[in-house]
Amino acid sequence: MARDTDSDTQANIGRRIVGSIFPRSPIPRTDADRRRTILEFLVLHMRPVRVRRSTVRYTHTFGLGGMSLVLIALLMASGILLMLAYDPSPEHAYRSILSLQDGMLFGATVRAVHHWSANILVAVVLFHLLRVFFTGAYHGPRRFNWVIGLGLLVGILASNFTGYLLPWDQLSYWAVTICTGMLGYVPGIGEWLQAFARGGAEIGRGTLVLFYSFHTTVVPVILIVLMAFHFWRVRKARGVVSPHPQDSQENDDSEMVLTLPNLLVRELAVGLTVVAVVMLLAALFEAPLGAPANPGMSPNPAKAPWYFMGFQELQIHLEPLIAVVILPVLGALGLILLPYLHFDHELSGPWFLSKTGRTTGALAAMVALVVTPLLILIDEFWLQQTGGAGWPAIGVIAAGITAFAVCLSKKFKPEKAEFVQALFILFLVGFAILTITGVWFRGPGMALAWPWIGAPA
Amino acid sequence: MSTSEPTTRRSLLGKIWVGLGGLALLEGIWIVTDFLKPRKRQGTDEAAETLIVAGPIENFDPGSVTAFQQGKFYLARLEDGGFLALYRECTHLGCTVPWIGAEERFVCPCHASVFDIKGRVLSPPAPRPLDLFAVRIENGIVKVDTSKTLKRNTFSDNQVARS
Repeated sequence: MARDTDSDTQANIGRRIVGSIFPRSPIPRTDADRRRTILEFLVLHMRPVRVRRSTVRYTHTFGLGGMSLVLIALLMASGILLMLAYDPSPEHAYRSILSLQDGMLFGATVRAVHHWSANILVAVVLFHLLRVFFTGAYHGPRRFNWVIGLGLLVGILASNFTGYLLPWDQLSYWAVTICTGMLGYVPGIGEWLQAFARGGAEIGRGTLVLFYSFHTTVVPVILIVLMAFHFWRVRKARGVVSPHPQDSQENDDSEMVLTLPNLLVRELAVGLTVVAVVMLLAALFEAPLGAPANPGMSPNPAKAPWYFMGFQELQIHLEPLIAVVILPVLGALGLILLPYLHFDHELSGPWFLSKTGRTTGALAAMVALVVTPLLILIDEFWLQQTGGAGWPAIGVIAAGITAFAVCLSKKFKPEKAEFVQALFILFLVGFAILTITGVWFRGPGMALAWPWIGAPA
Repeated sequence: MSTSEPTTRRSLLGKIWVGLGGLALLEGIWIVTDFLKPRKRQGTDEAAETLIVAGPIENFDPGSVTAFQQGKFYLARLEDGGFLALYRECTHLGCTVPWIGAEERFVCPCHASVFDIKGRVLSPPAPRPLDLFAVRIENGIVKVDTSKTLKRNTFSDNQVARS
């Protein structure tokens, strides 16, 4: 009674089900097929059908955005496993980590995958930000996507920081003490803000519950939403920025190639390499776990996580109000407003924008490389003996930066984008040196020390 | 505020909807803020015993510093016999400062702030002297009230409890 076509397909119910999920063969054979594959698969259609040949070259982007996505996927997979074993209470948290590591199949490895992915992710997104900045990919249709990217950076730092507390060992307890202590210096609302971040007057059950819920729910949801938004804006901007200087971009459009396979195989290669590196690190090095948290004894030295170490180092030298509030707020404002500055020529494309951009950038890097360690040493061995650096020191540094900026614009007559880039490099290298000093050159009592000389017994 | 279009029933209803939506949003924010508000200290044993009996005066030598784990403070007896109860958290970022007996000073392990026996800052970045708890001496027994910390900007002699 059924019509012929129906009885025909009823025989192949398995094929009908598969066909309803995958409208076409996942392995296309012709270019027309490849085009339709991109369009008709949900995940793939986040990509344009064609991309500029010049943009798929590996050294143009280093695949940093794709790496971040793969790392976040690894973090979510390993994080869900960890959630099943973890007990978010001060009494049981540490022990649940121990029993995860000792009693569960590959428990220590799963935790190590989570640890290494998280740390590499912070580094990769920072490099991603630098790539976008140094190829000038924040003009025109990319303006707001730069801001979304900054939001993602904040989310990833928040994710790392809230996760840092969860093992409830000495390392995490004191790192969180220091970082939430910094909030106390915000004028007016500092004390309230600190109590808010700690979920109470002191670090304890309230803090752990707050950090756990942010780490496992609030921040991941925000990240997923922002990521979808971020990728969609890249698509709307017709892919990543062209590596050619603006004036020669017209004839660039002729070199369009199909996304599948040209872009996707490269992304697959980068993604698989990232997975392999994380697995290798996780197999070789376990995630650190200190002694159980002891509120009565700060370890010596007590350090913040490495990505906040630059601020802690800054704190040793400058008044808390400057180091914790004024400079970070100025830095954040500068980053957010960067794409909205008025540029006469919106330089983009080649790494470091232009020849002048490369020269001025290298000069700024060298100045910061020499001056920052000098300033640290002057403060450590001279100013701190006489009461510490105060506002006068800030004045001297500000005057020095202004003098550098004036000399730079007199000597090289840079475009505004090149000028902004040089100043950015100056601050970036300075902050990197502060971070390196804090992580490797600070020993007991946070005194300067060589990293290869162990703490005196 | 002059509107070019006259208020119609439709535009009025539209405004009411927007207003209701805003109200719902505020309500949501209110609830979220209340959930995120720092918790009050729960009625644990620790909270109940805020008055700590440190012991008779003779137990503490002049120039000595004794740590009290339970109350999170150091009882310092100055050379002149006066007492100070110093809260153990560094005023900089809240690390626990250990007393280094040999050097007769507190040295913070986090940012190298140094305090003397009176809690005065000898070396920054700590912005102010160590916080105090109130000390009472009754019938030769030293008692410390740890219910709240007393913040101070300088050391003055009236902070010292004497028998």
